[in-house]
Amino acid sequence: MSRFTFPDSIASRPVYGTLEPKQGKAHLMIADAEGAEALLDLGMHNPDIFKNSHVIFIPKDTGQTYIGSLADLDPEQFYVGPSYDASVPRIRRVLSGAHMGLQVYLAGTEGLIGQAQNEAMQAGIPHTAIQSEHRGSVARRMQCVHCKGITEDVTTDPFVCSHCGLNLFVRDHYSRRLAAFQGVRVDAEDPGNIPVPVELYS
Amino acid sequence: MTIQFNKESFRGDYTFHNSDWAIQRFPFPFHEDSYMYSVNMEQHRGGPEGSVYEKRFDVDEHYVSEMHDRALVLAEDPLRCQSLPHMTLAGWDLLELIMVAKSEDYPELFELHRNGDTWRWVNKPMEIDDTFTFLDETTLPYGPMEYITRQAQGDWCVLDQRDDMLWMDAGMVTTQADWSLDFDIGMNFFEWHAPVPLAHEMGIFKRALKFLLNIQQGAPARRLNWTMTVNPLLDTSPENYHKWGVQKTTLTPKNIGAKQHLRVELQTFFRLPRSNALVFPIRCYLIAFQDLVTIPKWGRRLHRVIRDLPDELATYKGFIANRPMMLDYLSRYDDGLATSPGVWPDLEIEPELQK
Ligand code: HEM
Repeated sequence: MSRFTFPDSIASRPVYGTLEPKQGKAHLMIADAEGAEALLDLGMHNPDIFKNSHVIFIPKDTGQTYIGSLADLDPEQFYVGPSYDASVPRIRRVLSGAHMGLQVYLAGTEGLIGQAQNEAMQAGIPHTAIQSEHRGSVARRMQCVHCKGITEDVTTDPFVCSHCGLNLFVRDHYSRRLAAFQGVRVDAEDPGNIPVPVELYS
Repeated sequence: MTIQFNKESFRGDYTFHNSDWAIQRFPFPFHEDSYMYSVNMEQHRGGPEGSVYEKRFDVDEHYVSEMHDRALVLAEDPLRCQSLPHMTLAGWDLLELIMVAKSEDYPELFELHRNGDTWRWVNKPMEIDDTFTFLDETTLPYGPMEYITRQAQGDWCVLDQRDDMLWMDAGMVTTQADWSLDFDIGMNFFEWHAPVPLAHEMGIFKRALKFLLNIQQGAPARRLNWTMTVNPLLDTSPENYHKWGVQKTTLTPKNIGAKQHLRVELQTFFRLPRSNALVFPIRCYLIAFQDLVTIPKWGRRLHRVIRDLPDELATYKGFIANRPMMLDYLSRYDDGLATSPGVWPDLEIEPELQK
Protein backbone atom coordinates (compact mmCIF):
# COMPACT_ATOMS: atom_id res chain seq x y z
CA MET A 1 0.00 0.00 0.00
CA SER A 2 1.52 3.30 -1.05
CA ARG A 3 -0.67 5.50 1.19
CA PHE A 4 0.49 6.77 4.57
CA THR A 5 -1.69 8.68 7.01
CA PHE A 6 0.40 11.40 8.61
CA PRO A 7 -0.43 12.11 12.24
CA ASP A 8 -1.75 15.59 13.09
CA SER A 9 1.03 18.10 13.33
CA ILE A 10 1.79 21.81 13.49
CA ALA A 11 0.27 24.43 11.21
CA SER A 12 3.24 24.87 8.87
CA ARG A 13 3.42 21.17 8.05
CA PRO A 14 1.79 20.44 4.67
CA VAL A 15 -1.24 18.20 4.42
CA TYR A 16 -2.13 16.26 1.31
CA GLY A 17 -5.38 15.21 -0.29
CA THR A 18 -6.56 12.83 -2.98
CA LEU A 19 -6.25 13.91 -6.60
CA GLU A 20 -9.56 14.76 -8.21
CA PRO A 21 -10.32 15.72 -11.79
CA LYS A 22 -10.77 19.47 -12.29
CA GLN A 23 -12.31 21.31 -15.21
CA GLY A 24 -9.57 22.72 -17.38
CA LYS A 25 -8.28 23.07 -20.91
CA ALA A 26 -4.94 21.58 -19.92
CA HIS A 27 -3.62 19.42 -17.10
CA LEU A 28 -0.06 19.20 -15.81
CA MET A 29 0.64 16.09 -13.74
CA ILE A 30 3.96 15.63 -12.01
CA ALA A 31 4.70 12.47 -10.03
CA ASP A 32 7.60 10.49 -8.67
CA ALA A 33 7.88 6.80 -7.70
CA GLU A 34 4.64 5.49 -6.11
CA GLY A 35 3.02 8.80 -6.98
CA ALA A 36 2.27 7.02 -10.25
CA GLU A 37 -0.43 5.07 -8.40
CA ALA A 38 -2.29 8.30 -7.65
CA LEU A 39 -2.30 9.17 -11.36
CA LEU A 40 -3.42 5.64 -12.23
CA ASP A 41 -6.28 5.92 -9.72
CA LEU A 42 -7.23 9.25 -11.24
CA GLY A 43 -7.15 7.73 -14.71
CA MET A 44 -9.27 4.76 -13.73
CA HIS A 45 -12.35 6.94 -13.20
CA ASN A 46 -11.49 9.88 -15.43
CA PRO A 47 -9.65 8.65 -18.49
CA ASP A 48 -10.80 11.66 -20.49
CA ILE A 49 -8.66 14.27 -18.80
CA PHE A 50 -5.48 12.58 -19.97
CA LYS A 51 -6.30 13.66 -23.52
CA ASN A 52 -5.21 17.16 -22.50
CA SER A 53 -2.56 16.12 -20.02
CA HIS A 54 1.17 16.50 -19.84
CA VAL A 55 2.51 13.81 -17.49
CA ILE A 56 5.99 14.19 -16.04
CA PHE A 57 7.13 11.10 -14.18
CA ILE A 58 10.33 10.44 -12.25
CA PRO A 59 10.42 6.73 -11.41
CA LYS A 60 13.20 6.96 -8.78
CA ASP A 61 13.69 3.43 -7.49
CA THR A 62 10.46 2.05 -9.00
CA GLY A 63 12.26 1.41 -12.30
CA GLN A 64 9.89 0.18 -15.00
CA THR A 65 7.03 -0.68 -12.62
CA TYR A 66 4.64 2.11 -13.57
CA ILE A 67 5.87 3.34 -16.92
CA GLY A 68 3.77 1.00 -19.05
CA SER A 69 0.51 1.62 -17.23
CA LEU A 70 1.05 5.40 -17.22
CA ALA A 71 1.66 5.27 -20.97
CA ASP A 72 -1.59 3.29 -21.31
CA LEU A 73 -3.44 6.33 -19.96
CA ASP A 74 -2.42 7.84 -23.27
CA PRO A 75 -1.52 11.33 -22.09
CA GLU A 76 -1.11 14.03 -24.69
CA GLN A 77 2.53 14.37 -23.60
CA PHE A 78 4.40 11.82 -21.50
CA TYR A 79 7.89 12.39 -20.18
CA VAL A 80 9.91 10.04 -18.01
CA GLY A 81 12.87 11.74 -16.38
CA PRO A 82 15.94 10.39 -14.58
CA SER A 83 15.63 12.82 -11.64
CA TYR A 84 13.50 15.68 -10.43
CA ASP A 85 16.30 18.17 -11.02
CA ALA A 86 16.63 17.04 -14.62
CA SER A 87 12.93 17.66 -15.19
CA VAL A 88 12.95 21.21 -13.80
CA PRO A 89 13.72 23.07 -17.05
CA ARG A 90 10.86 21.21 -18.69
CA ILE A 91 8.47 21.98 -15.83
CA ARG A 92 9.42 25.67 -15.99
CA ARG A 93 8.89 25.75 -19.74
CA VAL A 94 5.46 24.18 -19.44
CA LEU A 95 4.41 26.55 -16.67
CA SER A 96 5.71 29.62 -18.46
CA GLY A 97 3.65 28.79 -21.53
CA ALA A 98 0.56 27.82 -19.57
CA HIS A 99 -2.73 29.58 -20.07
CA MET A 100 -5.25 30.49 -17.39
CA GLY A 101 -7.04 27.41 -16.21
CA LEU A 102 -4.09 25.03 -16.31
CA GLN A 103 -4.76 22.40 -13.65
CA VAL A 104 -1.77 21.13 -11.69
CA TYR A 105 -1.69 17.68 -10.04
CA LEU A 106 1.27 16.56 -7.94
CA ALA A 107 1.78 13.09 -6.51
CA GLY A 108 4.49 11.13 -4.75
CA THR A 109 7.06 12.11 -2.16
CA GLU A 110 6.93 15.31 -0.14
CA GLY A 111 10.14 16.50 -1.78
CA LEU A 112 8.69 16.28 -5.25
CA ILE A 113 5.35 17.79 -4.27
CA GLY A 114 6.99 20.68 -2.43
CA GLN A 115 9.44 21.56 -5.18
CA ALA A 116 6.95 21.27 -8.02
CA GLN A 117 4.40 23.28 -6.02
CA ASN A 118 7.04 25.96 -5.63
CA GLU A 119 7.59 26.11 -9.39
CA ALA A 120 3.86 26.41 -9.99
CA MET A 121 3.58 29.17 -7.35
CA GLN A 122 6.40 31.09 -8.97
CA ALA A 123 4.47 30.85 -12.22
CA GLY A 124 1.60 32.60 -10.48
CA ILE A 125 -0.64 29.71 -9.46
CA PRO A 126 -1.75 30.08 -5.83
CA HIS A 127 -0.68 27.11 -3.72
CA THR A 128 -4.26 26.56 -2.64
CA ALA A 129 -5.21 25.86 -6.29
CA ILE A 130 -2.62 23.09 -6.66
CA GLN A 131 -3.71 19.55 -5.88
CA SER A 132 -1.34 17.12 -4.23
CA GLU A 133 -1.46 13.54 -3.04
CA HIS A 134 1.27 11.91 -1.01
CA ARG A 135 2.26 8.38 -1.98
CA GLY A 136 5.20 6.16 -1.19
CA SER A 137 8.20 7.05 0.92
CA VAL A 138 7.86 9.37 3.92
CA ALA A 139 11.38 10.64 3.25
CA ARG A 140 11.79 14.37 3.70
CA ARG A 141 13.66 17.13 2.01
CA MET A 142 15.52 18.87 4.83
CA GLN A 143 17.24 22.22 5.06
CA CYS A 144 20.11 22.55 7.53
CA VAL A 145 19.29 25.77 9.37
CA HIS A 146 23.01 26.28 10.03
CA CYS A 147 24.69 25.88 6.62
CA LYS A 148 21.45 26.20 4.54
CA GLY A 149 22.31 23.10 2.52
CA ILE A 150 19.46 20.81 1.45
CA THR A 151 19.63 17.09 2.13
CA GLU A 152 17.22 15.09 -0.01
CA ASP A 153 15.35 11.92 0.95
CA VAL A 154 16.01 11.97 4.68
CA THR A 155 14.47 8.91 6.28
CA THR A 156 15.90 9.00 9.82
CA ASP A 157 15.91 11.33 12.79
CA PRO A 158 18.59 12.48 13.47
CA PHE A 159 20.47 12.51 10.20
CA VAL A 160 23.77 13.87 8.94
CA CYS A 161 23.67 17.08 6.89
CA SER A 162 25.10 16.16 3.50
CA HIS A 163 26.81 19.56 3.29
CA CYS A 164 28.29 20.52 6.68
CA GLY A 165 28.22 17.12 8.37
CA LEU A 166 26.39 18.23 11.53
CA ASN A 167 23.93 15.78 13.08
CA LEU A 168 20.50 17.34 12.74
CA PHE A 169 17.13 16.57 14.23
CA VAL A 170 14.08 16.60 12.01
CA ARG A 171 11.50 19.29 12.74
CA ASP A 172 7.94 19.44 11.42
CA HIS A 173 8.40 23.17 10.76
CA TYR A 174 8.14 23.51 6.98
CA SER A 175 8.86 26.28 4.48
CA ARG A 176 6.93 26.28 1.21
CA ARG A 177 9.41 28.73 -0.26
CA LEU A 178 12.30 26.34 0.38
CA ALA A 179 10.16 23.22 -0.11
CA ALA A 180 11.92 21.81 2.92
CA PHE A 181 11.59 20.93 6.59
CA GLN A 182 14.03 22.38 9.09
CA GLY A 183 16.99 20.45 10.48
CA VAL A 184 18.69 21.68 13.68
CA ARG A 185 21.87 20.41 15.35
CA VAL A 186 20.81 17.67 17.74
CA ASP A 187 23.84 17.79 20.04
CA ALA A 188 24.26 21.56 20.31
CA GLU A 189 23.78 21.52 24.08
CA ASP A 190 25.72 18.30 24.62
CA PRO A 191 28.34 18.04 21.89
CA GLY A 192 29.00 14.48 20.77
CA ASN A 193 25.88 13.04 22.36
CA ILE A 194 24.04 11.93 19.24
CA PRO A 195 20.95 9.76 19.67
CA VAL A 196 20.72 6.58 17.62
CA PRO A 197 18.89 7.45 14.38
CA VAL A 198 15.37 6.05 14.11
CA GLU A 199 13.23 5.73 10.98
CA LEU A 200 10.73 8.58 10.57
CA TYR A 201 7.25 7.59 11.79
CA SER A 202 8.51 4.25 13.11
CA MET B 1 17.66 63.34 29.86
CA THR B 2 20.70 62.87 27.63
CA ILE B 3 21.56 59.27 27.06
CA GLN B 4 25.11 58.06 27.66
CA PHE B 5 25.65 55.30 25.12
CA ASN B 6 27.44 52.26 26.51
CA LYS B 7 30.47 50.84 24.79
CA GLU B 8 29.73 47.15 25.20
CA SER B 9 29.56 43.78 23.46
CA PHE B 10 26.83 41.17 23.09
CA ARG B 11 29.22 38.34 22.23
CA GLY B 12 32.72 37.16 23.09
CA ASP B 13 33.66 39.02 26.27
CA TYR B 14 30.02 40.09 26.88
CA THR B 15 30.64 43.51 28.37
CA PHE B 16 26.92 44.37 28.06
CA HIS B 17 25.56 45.95 31.23
CA ASN B 18 22.53 47.89 32.41
CA SER B 19 22.84 51.18 34.32
CA ASP B 20 20.58 51.78 37.32
CA TRP B 21 18.41 53.84 34.96
CA ALA B 22 18.09 50.89 32.57
CA ILE B 23 17.31 48.48 35.40
CA GLN B 24 14.51 50.64 36.80
CA ARG B 25 12.91 51.16 33.39
CA PHE B 26 13.27 47.50 32.40
CA PRO B 27 10.01 46.22 30.88
CA PHE B 28 9.27 43.57 33.46
CA PRO B 29 6.65 41.42 31.74
CA PHE B 30 4.71 39.86 34.63
CA HIS B 31 1.74 41.77 36.02
CA GLU B 32 0.91 38.97 38.46
CA ASP B 33 2.67 36.02 40.11
CA SER B 34 1.94 33.55 37.31
CA TYR B 35 2.16 33.47 33.54
CA MET B 36 0.29 31.88 30.69
CA TYR B 37 -0.11 32.84 27.04
CA SER B 38 -2.95 35.28 26.38
CA VAL B 39 -4.00 37.86 23.79
CA ASN B 40 -2.11 40.48 25.75
CA MET B 41 -2.44 43.48 23.47
CA GLU B 42 -3.10 47.12 24.25
CA GLN B 43 -2.88 50.47 22.47
CA HIS B 44 0.65 51.86 22.08
CA ARG B 45 -0.06 55.44 23.09
CA GLY B 46 2.96 56.28 25.13
CA GLY B 47 3.50 55.51 28.81
CA PRO B 48 4.99 56.97 31.99
CA GLU B 49 7.82 59.44 31.42
CA GLY B 50 11.14 57.68 31.07
CA SER B 51 9.56 54.26 30.58
CA VAL B 52 10.29 52.15 27.53
CA TYR B 53 6.66 52.70 26.47
CA GLU B 54 6.91 56.49 26.31
CA LYS B 55 8.24 56.92 22.75
CA ARG B 56 7.14 55.20 19.57
CA PHE B 57 10.56 53.56 19.21
CA ASP B 58 12.53 53.57 22.44
CA VAL B 59 16.20 54.53 22.22
CA ASP B 60 18.36 53.62 25.19
CA GLU B 61 21.98 53.37 26.33
CA HIS B 62 22.54 50.20 24.28
CA TYR B 63 21.66 51.81 20.94
CA VAL B 64 25.08 52.34 19.40
CA SER B 65 26.52 49.01 20.53
CA GLU B 66 23.44 47.12 19.38
CA MET B 67 23.71 48.63 15.94
CA HIS B 68 27.35 47.59 15.84
CA ASP B 69 26.34 44.04 16.79
CA ARG B 70 23.72 44.05 14.00
CA ALA B 71 26.38 45.08 11.47
CA LEU B 72 28.56 42.16 12.61
CA VAL B 73 25.66 39.70 12.21
CA LEU B 74 24.83 40.99 8.72
CA ALA B 75 28.44 40.86 7.60
CA GLU B 76 28.50 37.19 8.57
CA ASP B 77 25.05 36.33 7.22
CA PRO B 78 23.26 38.70 4.82
CA LEU B 79 20.19 36.41 4.84
CA ARG B 80 19.15 37.96 8.17
CA CYS B 81 17.75 40.87 6.21
CA GLN B 82 15.45 40.00 3.32
CA SER B 83 12.61 41.60 1.47
CA LEU B 84 10.47 39.92 -1.19
CA PRO B 85 10.22 42.00 -4.36
CA HIS B 86 6.70 43.36 -3.71
CA MET B 87 7.76 44.81 -0.32
CA THR B 88 9.91 47.73 -1.42
CA LEU B 89 7.14 50.31 -0.99
CA ALA B 90 6.54 49.04 2.53
CA GLY B 91 10.27 49.55 3.12
CA TRP B 92 9.92 53.22 2.23
CA ASP B 93 6.87 53.49 4.47
CA LEU B 94 8.94 52.06 7.28
CA LEU B 95 11.86 54.37 6.62
CA GLU B 96 9.52 57.33 6.82
CA LEU B 97 7.83 56.11 9.99
CA ILE B 98 11.12 55.57 11.80
CA MET B 99 12.74 58.80 10.62
CA VAL B 100 9.72 60.90 11.53
CA ALA B 101 9.26 59.22 14.92
CA LYS B 102 12.92 59.34 15.89
CA SER B 103 13.39 62.97 14.85
CA GLU B 104 10.23 64.09 16.65
CA ASP B 105 10.76 61.97 19.78
CA TYR B 106 14.54 62.50 20.09
CA PRO B 107 15.28 65.86 18.39
CA GLU B 108 18.65 66.10 20.13
CA LEU B 109 19.76 62.80 18.51
CA PHE B 110 18.05 62.69 15.10
CA GLU B 111 17.06 65.26 12.48
CA LEU B 112 14.95 64.89 9.36
CA HIS B 113 14.89 67.77 6.85
CA ARG B 114 12.40 67.29 4.02
CA ASN B 115 12.40 69.46 0.94
CA GLY B 116 10.00 67.84 -1.49
CA ASP B 117 11.46 64.42 -2.29
CA THR B 118 14.92 65.45 -1.16
CA TRP B 119 15.42 64.28 2.39
CA ARG B 120 18.37 64.85 4.69
CA TRP B 121 18.70 62.42 7.60
CA VAL B 122 21.03 63.10 10.50
CA ASN B 123 21.74 60.38 13.04
CA LYS B 124 24.10 61.93 15.54
CA PRO B 125 24.88 58.90 17.74
CA MET B 126 25.90 56.89 14.65
CA GLU B 127 27.52 59.88 12.93
CA ILE B 128 25.40 59.57 9.81
CA ASP B 129 24.38 62.54 7.66
CA ASP B 130 22.83 61.38 4.37
CA THR B 131 20.82 63.16 1.72
CA PHE B 132 18.67 61.03 -0.59
CA THR B 133 15.59 61.10 -2.79
CA PHE B 134 12.52 59.60 -1.17
CA LEU B 135 11.23 56.57 -3.15
CA ASP B 136 14.43 56.38 -5.23
CA GLU B 137 16.39 53.32 -4.13
CA THR B 138 19.46 54.28 -6.10
CA THR B 139 20.10 57.18 -3.74
CA LEU B 140 20.59 54.99 -0.66
CA PRO B 141 23.44 52.58 0.13
CA TYR B 142 20.94 49.78 0.95
CA GLY B 143 17.28 49.12 0.28
CA PRO B 144 15.06 51.44 2.38
CA MET B 145 14.16 48.82 5.00
CA GLU B 146 17.74 47.68 5.45
CA TYR B 147 19.04 51.26 5.50
CA ILE B 148 16.80 52.40 8.32
CA THR B 149 16.76 49.21 10.39
CA ARG B 150 20.55 49.23 10.52
CA GLN B 151 19.91 52.36 12.59
CA ALA B 152 16.98 51.21 14.72
CA GLN B 153 17.18 48.85 17.70
CA GLY B 154 15.21 45.62 17.69
CA ASP B 155 14.10 43.28 14.95
CA TRP B 156 11.62 44.34 12.29
CA CYS B 157 9.12 42.11 10.52
CA VAL B 158 7.17 43.70 7.70
CA LEU B 159 3.91 41.89 7.04
CA ASP B 160 2.00 42.11 3.81
CA GLN B 161 -1.77 42.00 4.32
CA ARG B 162 -3.84 40.16 1.71
CA ASP B 163 -6.76 37.71 1.74
CA ASP B 164 -7.49 38.60 5.40
CA MET B 165 -4.09 37.24 6.33
CA LEU B 166 -0.65 38.54 7.28
CA TRP B 167 2.39 37.29 5.36
CA MET B 168 5.94 37.63 6.60
CA ASP B 169 7.37 39.03 3.40
CA ALA B 170 10.24 41.18 4.66
CA GLY B 171 12.34 41.61 7.75
CA MET B 172 15.53 42.57 9.55
CA VAL B 173 16.07 39.90 12.16
CA THR B 174 19.33 39.71 14.12
CA THR B 175 18.19 39.74 17.79
CA GLN B 176 15.63 36.96 17.61
CA ALA B 177 14.58 34.43 20.22
CA ASP B 178 15.60 31.40 18.17
CA TRP B 179 13.64 31.68 14.93
CA SER B 180 14.85 32.11 11.38
CA LEU B 181 13.63 34.83 9.02
CA ASP B 182 15.27 33.03 6.11
CA PHE B 183 13.18 29.97 6.89
CA ASP B 184 9.95 31.75 7.79
CA ILE B 185 9.88 34.42 5.06
CA GLY B 186 6.78 34.04 2.91
CA MET B 187 4.82 32.20 5.62
CA ASN B 188 1.45 33.31 6.94
CA PHE B 189 0.57 34.18 10.55
CA PHE B 190 -0.45 30.64 11.52
CA GLU B 191 2.48 29.01 9.76
CA TRP B 192 5.27 31.05 11.32
CA HIS B 193 3.64 30.56 14.73
CA ALA B 194 3.36 26.81 14.13
CA PRO B 195 6.09 25.77 16.61
CA VAL B 196 4.48 27.59 19.57
CA PRO B 197 2.88 25.11 22.00
CA LEU B 198 -0.65 25.41 23.50
CA ALA B 199 -1.49 28.85 22.08
CA HIS B 200 -3.07 27.51 18.87
CA GLU B 201 -5.38 25.22 20.84
CA MET B 202 -6.28 28.13 23.13
CA GLY B 203 -7.51 30.10 20.11
CA ILE B 204 -4.99 32.84 20.85
CA PHE B 205 -3.62 33.18 17.33
CA LYS B 206 -7.07 33.37 15.74
CA ARG B 207 -8.07 36.22 18.02
CA ALA B 208 -4.69 37.94 17.75
CA LEU B 209 -4.82 37.88 13.95
CA LYS B 210 -8.27 39.44 13.92
CA PHE B 211 -7.00 42.25 16.12
CA LEU B 212 -3.94 42.82 13.95
CA LEU B 213 -5.83 42.89 10.65
CA ASN B 214 -7.86 45.80 12.02
CA ILE B 215 -5.00 47.97 13.24
CA GLN B 216 -5.38 51.43 11.73
CA GLN B 217 -2.76 53.94 10.72
CA GLY B 218 -1.93 56.22 13.66
CA ALA B 219 -3.28 53.73 16.21
CA PRO B 220 -0.41 51.34 16.98
CA ALA B 221 -0.66 48.51 19.50
CA ARG B 222 1.83 46.67 21.69
CA ARG B 223 2.45 43.54 23.75
CA LEU B 224 5.29 41.91 25.66
CA ASN B 225 6.83 38.50 25.20
CA TRP B 226 9.73 36.99 27.14
CA THR B 227 12.22 34.16 27.28
CA MET B 228 15.54 33.31 28.95
CA THR B 229 19.07 33.71 27.57
CA VAL B 230 22.39 32.62 29.06
CA ASN B 231 24.91 35.46 28.57
CA PRO B 232 23.69 38.75 27.07
CA LEU B 233 23.71 37.30 23.57
CA LEU B 234 21.47 39.24 21.19
CA ASP B 235 21.91 36.89 18.26
CA THR B 236 20.24 33.75 19.60
CA SER B 237 19.46 32.60 16.07
CA PRO B 238 18.78 29.05 14.91
CA GLU B 239 21.48 29.70 12.30
CA ASN B 240 24.09 29.98 15.06
CA TYR B 241 22.47 27.66 17.60
CA HIS B 242 25.13 25.03 16.92
CA LYS B 243 27.58 27.54 18.39
CA TRP B 244 25.64 29.23 21.21
CA GLY B 245 23.49 26.31 22.41
CA VAL B 246 26.36 24.94 24.47
CA GLN B 247 26.55 28.19 26.46
CA LYS B 248 23.41 27.08 28.27
CA THR B 249 25.51 24.38 29.95
CA THR B 250 27.97 26.89 31.40
CA LEU B 251 25.59 28.03 34.17
CA THR B 252 26.73 27.26 37.71
CA PRO B 253 25.19 28.24 41.05
CA LYS B 254 28.04 30.74 41.38
CA ASN B 255 27.74 32.49 38.03
CA ILE B 256 24.00 32.26 37.43
CA GLY B 257 23.20 35.71 38.83
CA ALA B 258 25.52 37.36 36.31
CA LYS B 259 25.07 35.00 33.37
CA GLN B 260 21.37 34.22 33.31
CA HIS B 261 19.33 36.94 31.65
CA LEU B 262 15.62 37.52 31.41
CA ARG B 263 14.97 38.49 27.81
CA VAL B 264 11.92 40.64 27.18
CA GLU B 265 10.54 41.69 23.83
CA LEU B 266 8.51 44.85 23.53
CA GLN B 267 6.50 44.13 20.40
CA THR B 268 4.61 46.90 18.68
CA PHE B 269 2.35 46.98 15.65
CA PHE B 270 2.06 49.90 13.20
CA ARG B 271 -0.03 50.18 10.03
CA LEU B 272 1.96 51.64 7.12
CA PRO B 273 0.27 54.30 4.95
CA ARG B 274 1.09 53.58 1.28
CA SER B 275 1.53 49.80 1.27
CA ASN B 276 -1.08 49.00 3.93
CA ALA B 277 1.54 46.60 5.32
CA LEU B 278 1.86 46.05 9.05
CA VAL B 279 5.23 46.53 10.67
CA PHE B 280 6.12 44.54 13.75
CA PRO B 281 9.14 45.86 15.65
CA ILE B 282 10.43 43.39 18.23
CA ARG B 283 12.61 45.27 20.67
CA CYS B 284 14.76 43.05 22.88
CA TYR B 285 15.69 44.02 26.46
CA LEU B 286 18.09 41.92 28.52
CA ILE B 287 18.60 41.96 32.29
CA ALA B 288 20.87 39.81 34.43
CA PHE B 289 19.14 37.98 37.28
CA GLN B 290 21.43 39.73 39.78
CA ASP B 291 20.22 43.13 38.54
CA LEU B 292 16.59 42.11 38.35
CA VAL B 293 16.47 40.96 41.98
CA THR B 294 17.58 44.42 43.14
CA ILE B 295 13.90 45.28 42.65
CA PRO B 296 12.33 43.32 45.53
CA LYS B 297 8.94 42.93 43.88
CA TRP B 298 10.46 41.56 40.69
CA GLY B 299 12.65 39.07 42.56
CA ARG B 300 9.69 37.69 44.48
CA ARG B 301 7.52 37.48 41.41
CA LEU B 302 10.02 36.02 38.96
CA HIS B 303 10.64 33.11 41.33
CA ARG B 304 6.92 32.30 41.46
CA VAL B 305 6.41 32.64 37.73
CA ILE B 306 9.33 30.39 36.81
CA ARG B 307 8.41 27.85 39.48
CA ASP B 308 4.82 27.51 38.27
CA LEU B 309 5.38 27.83 34.53
CA PRO B 310 3.93 24.87 32.57
CA ASP B 311 6.65 22.48 31.36
CA GLU B 312 5.60 22.98 27.74
CA LEU B 313 6.50 26.66 27.96
CA ALA B 314 9.79 26.07 29.79
CA THR B 315 10.72 23.51 27.13
CA TYR B 316 9.73 25.74 24.21
CA LYS B 317 11.62 28.67 25.71
CA GLY B 318 14.64 26.40 26.04
CA PHE B 319 15.35 26.56 29.78
CA ILE B 320 13.74 23.43 31.19
CA ALA B 321 17.16 21.89 31.94
CA ASN B 322 18.33 24.97 33.83
CA ARG B 323 15.06 25.63 35.65
CA PRO B 324 16.07 23.89 38.90
CA MET B 325 19.23 25.96 39.15
CA MET B 326 17.28 29.12 38.39
CA LEU B 327 14.79 28.30 41.11
CA ASP B 328 17.57 27.67 43.65
CA TYR B 329 18.88 31.13 42.92
CA LEU B 330 15.57 32.95 42.66
CA SER B 331 14.08 31.38 45.80
CA ARG B 332 16.64 33.35 47.83
CA TYR B 333 14.79 36.49 46.72
CA ASP B 334 11.31 35.25 47.53
CA ASP B 335 10.24 35.72 51.14
CA GLY B 336 6.62 34.79 50.46
CA LEU B 337 5.26 38.32 50.93
CA ALA B 338 2.41 39.45 48.69
CA THR B 339 3.32 41.46 45.60
CA SER B 340 1.51 44.53 44.31
CA PRO B 341 -0.49 44.16 41.11
CA GLY B 342 1.00 45.40 37.83
CA VAL B 343 4.47 45.42 36.30
CA TRP B 344 6.01 48.53 37.88
CA PRO B 345 8.86 48.27 40.44
CA ASP B 346 6.80 50.00 43.18
CA LEU B 347 9.97 50.62 45.17
CA GLU B 348 8.15 52.99 47.57
CA ILE B 349 5.48 50.49 48.58
CA GLU B 350 7.15 47.09 48.27
CA PRO B 351 9.05 46.05 51.42
CA GLU B 352 12.74 45.12 51.32
CA LEU B 353 13.45 41.41 51.17
CA GLN B 354 12.62 39.87 54.57
CA LYS B 355 15.36 37.24 54.52
C1 HEM C 1 2.32 40.06 13.15
C2 HEM C 1 3.18 40.11 14.07
C3 HEM C 1 3.85 38.93 14.69
C4 HEM C 1 4.97 38.30 14.25
C5 HEM C 1 5.79 38.65 13.01
C6 HEM C 1 5.25 37.22 15.18
C7 HEM C 1 6.31 36.37 15.05
C8 HEM C 1 6.58 35.33 15.93
C9 HEM C 1 7.64 34.37 15.75
C10 HEM C 1 8.58 34.33 14.56
C11 HEM C 1 7.62 33.54 16.81
C12 HEM C 1 8.57 32.36 17.05
C13 HEM C 1 7.93 31.08 16.55
C14 HEM C 1 8.92 29.92 16.51
O1 HEM C 1 9.10 29.23 17.53
O2 HEM C 1 9.52 29.67 15.45
C15 HEM C 1 6.56 33.97 17.67
C16 HEM C 1 6.23 33.40 18.88
C17 HEM C 1 5.10 33.74 19.61
N1 HEM C 1 4.14 34.67 19.25
FE1 HEM C 1 4.18 35.91 17.67
N2 HEM C 1 4.30 37.23 16.15
C18 HEM C 1 3.42 38.23 15.89
C19 HEM C 1 2.32 38.58 16.62
C20 HEM C 1 1.89 37.91 17.73
C21 HEM C 1 0.73 38.30 18.48
C22 HEM C 1 -0.21 39.46 18.19
C23 HEM C 1 0.63 37.42 19.50
C24 HEM C 1 -0.47 37.51 20.53
C25 HEM C 1 -0.82 36.66 21.37
C26 HEM C 1 1.75 36.49 19.40
C27 HEM C 1 2.04 35.45 20.24
C28 HEM C 1 3.18 34.67 20.21
C29 HEM C 1 3.53 33.72 21.26
C30 HEM C 1 2.73 33.42 22.51
C31 HEM C 1 4.74 33.14 20.88
C32 HEM C 1 5.57 32.15 21.69
C33 HEM C 1 6.61 32.95 22.43
C34 HEM C 1 7.30 32.29 23.60
O3 HEM C 1 6.72 31.50 24.34
O4 HEM C 1 8.48 32.65 23.83
N3 HEM C 1 2.49 36.83 18.31
N4 HEM C 1 5.94 35.05 17.11
